[in-house]
Amino acid sequence: MVETLQETAPLASFTTSTSSPPLRIEGLVKRFGQVTAVDGITLELRTGECLGLLGPNGAGKSTLIRSIVGRVIPDAGTIQVFGAPADSTPARNALGWIPQELALYPRLTCRENLQSFGRYHGMSGTPLEQAVDRCLGWATLTDRSEELVRNLSGGMKRRLNMAAGLIHQPRLVLMDEPTVGVDPQSRNHIFEMIEKLRDEGMSIIYTTHYMEEAERLCDRVAVVDHGKIIALGTNAELVRDAFGSRSQVLARFAGADERVTAWVVQHGGQAVDGATQFTIEHPTEIAGLLEDSAKAGLELLDISLRKPNLESVFLHLTGRELRD
Amino acid sequence: MMILAIIRTALVALKRDRGALALSFVLPVVFFSIFAVIFGGRRDTTPKISVIVVDEDQTRASQRLVKGLESEGSLVVKTRPAPAKGVEQADYTAATAEVAVKEGKAPVALIIPHGFGESPISFGATDANRPTIQLLEDNSDMIAPQMVAGLLQKVAMTAMPDVMAEQGSRYFDQFAGGLTREQQDRVDASLRALRERQDGGAGTSASGNGGGGGIVAVSSRAVVGENKDNPMVSFYAAAIGVMFLLFTASGAAGALLDESESGTLDRVLASRVTMTSLMLGKLAYNSVLAFSQLVIMFLWGWAVFKLDFWSHIPGFVVMGVFTSVAVASFGLLLASICKTRAQLGALSTLVILVMSSIGGSMFPRFLMPESMQKAGLLTINAWAIDGFTKIFWRDEPISHLWPQVLVLTGIAVVLFAIARRMARRWEYA
Repeated sequence: MVETLQETAPLASFTTSTSSPPLRIEGLVKRFGQVTAVDGITLELRTGECLGLLGPNGAGKSTLIRSIVGRVIPDAGTIQVFGAPADSTPARNALGWIPQELALYPRLTCRENLQSFGRYHGMSGTPLEQAVDRCLGWATLTDRSEELVRNLSGGMKRRLNMAAGLIHQPRLVLMDEPTVGVDPQSRNHIFEMIEKLRDEGMSIIYTTHYMEEAERLCDRVAVVDHGKIIALGTNAELVRDAFGSRSQVLARFAGADERVTAWVVQHGGQAVDGATQFTIEHPTEIAGLLEDSAKAGLELLDISLRKPNLESVFLHLTGRELRD
Repeated sequence: MMILAIIRTALVALKRDRGALALSFVLPVVFFSIFAVIFGGRRDTTPKISVIVVDEDQTRASQRLVKGLESEGSLVVKTRPAPAKGVEQADYTAATAEVAVKEGKAPVALIIPHGFGESPISFGATDANRPTIQLLEDNSDMIAPQMVAGLLQKVAMTAMPDVMAEQGSRYFDQFAGGLTREQQDRVDASLRALRERQDGGAGTSASGNGGGGGIVAVSSRAVVGENKDNPMVSFYAAAIGVMFLLFTASGAAGALLDESESGTLDRVLASRVTMTSLMLGKLAYNSVLAFSQLVIMFLWGWAVFKLDFWSHIPGFVVMGVFTSVAVASFGLLLASICKTRAQLGALSTLVILVMSSIGGSMFPRFLMPESMQKAGLLTINAWAIDGFTKIFWRDEPISHLWPQVLVLTGIAVVLFAIARRMARRWEYA
């Protein structure tokens, strides 16, 4: 059972505007040498919303997040957190960052880690101890509070890593692939923690390259590729915009050779990783595909019909698999 | 075949590890060169011994002796302090020479007393009333006083032949006038006495404290460290201490590299902590760590080696604090230059061992050639050891530490400023 993180109002007193959106990014550009990691991104996060940044590795998600927390200086564009510039103290107080790496002190206990990061945010005394206890409870690590971090399991470290990003009770949390490298059970635990935060009204940016995570946790999803947002909307909106009422047919043929690929392209499909994919308006079109493939002398191994999802959207928009 | 495969893999790995390469090949060559220079590989840089000479006698004999000493290639004779602000200083007196030795301006002073010229040399038993040359020694330099004592006898033999002849004839007149039987007996008796003295007096050296055994009668007196139970312990506590402080400081500063690698540094810098406050925090922590190390080192010296720790606390604190801050800055600079722990390990070993060898942590700087002694002044070791020596060896007041404090502060500020500049690479991407 995941405990509540926030009791009442945040502890820190912000000079950020409550009427401004938690995050507003305009025309953000960041280049590393010849590579443009973020290419003119404009984005606004709504209060209490969980926005997913969905894209493959190297799409620019982490650079975008690191720009927001001030670890990367953009070449162009502006970032505002609750109306304050991202590098200002009020913005830093309002922001919580959960980095992809396990950014913890391995020789300190769970409690000592949280105390340290709390102090770095200017907390002390009873408020700090209360925040530490709340975060330990939220991460289900209360009974491990005196354990050295290096002795924790991978999943526990991940949970503590998340708790450390929330110790100062921010109002906007940036989560950079918080489930990387954890087993399915721990991942589920982390999902529950995030859902709890979302239910409490926390504004969240969540980067992932797992379609299931975006579908489960995010109110809206921004599909990111080559440093650009190529689509933005709710799960349903993205699928509808890309596919309308159409469905997808997945088929596998024996001998994934050039003859198969040529036939698939001729029939408006895509060949991906040994499988083929077609978009159809009506299920009855499957019969036509079967008949044509038989005439072409292709040996069909299996075929299935499915509703398009975010992965299909990504494939549709970029011509590449999400996990490339 | 398998062995060849293992060799091949190890060679490729070594080629890629520049730090290990430097340690394997550069460090031994650098060290060899330093030791070769120090221990006389090059004749022109053989160390010269500074000796203060006070001629109270001002006779022909004493002036000959001073001239003879001045012409000795291995001695630098000082009869007066160096000019201060262009103004010539008065000649040393016995009192000012003693102060100068205590302050470490020279390891030994020679006082030629009044009346020396009347009976400059002796071949026989010492006449208790005969004026003897005084040798004022600094015990921390075990070599210079011995060398000066020996050279003094040599100079007496070579620089004063007329005095020798005159004195010889006087002896002849005294002991052998007319060579009567009675005189012959006296010569024999004198020779016997001399022989007995040579046979039985092995412990009484020419420059021994009893004085007067050589051609020129000399009495030596330690003016620094004469009351110390274990004179060199304070030197080694400081010398070895500073070397290990440097290693500890660079290791501790390496935490920055670990934190950078793990992402903790990013997280810290995303909070309200700035890079400057982070580095100042590291500097403070590493300084406290270094100071604690020094305290333990000196306490151990007191407990086990009778180092007089408790009566030098204020001076120890002053030198300890400034040395600690300087080494902490040095550690931060090394860490900010390096990209990985492995690099830091290689670079710090290289730099610290070189600094320690020329800075006097491995052997006293006064044993080194002059050029090396000057080069040593570029190291933290030399300034720190000099400061600790002033306190523990020379019992000098804290106010005399200002050059060391000033230089160590300067080193700390400059190194920290460079380290802060280098750390910008961690600040933003």
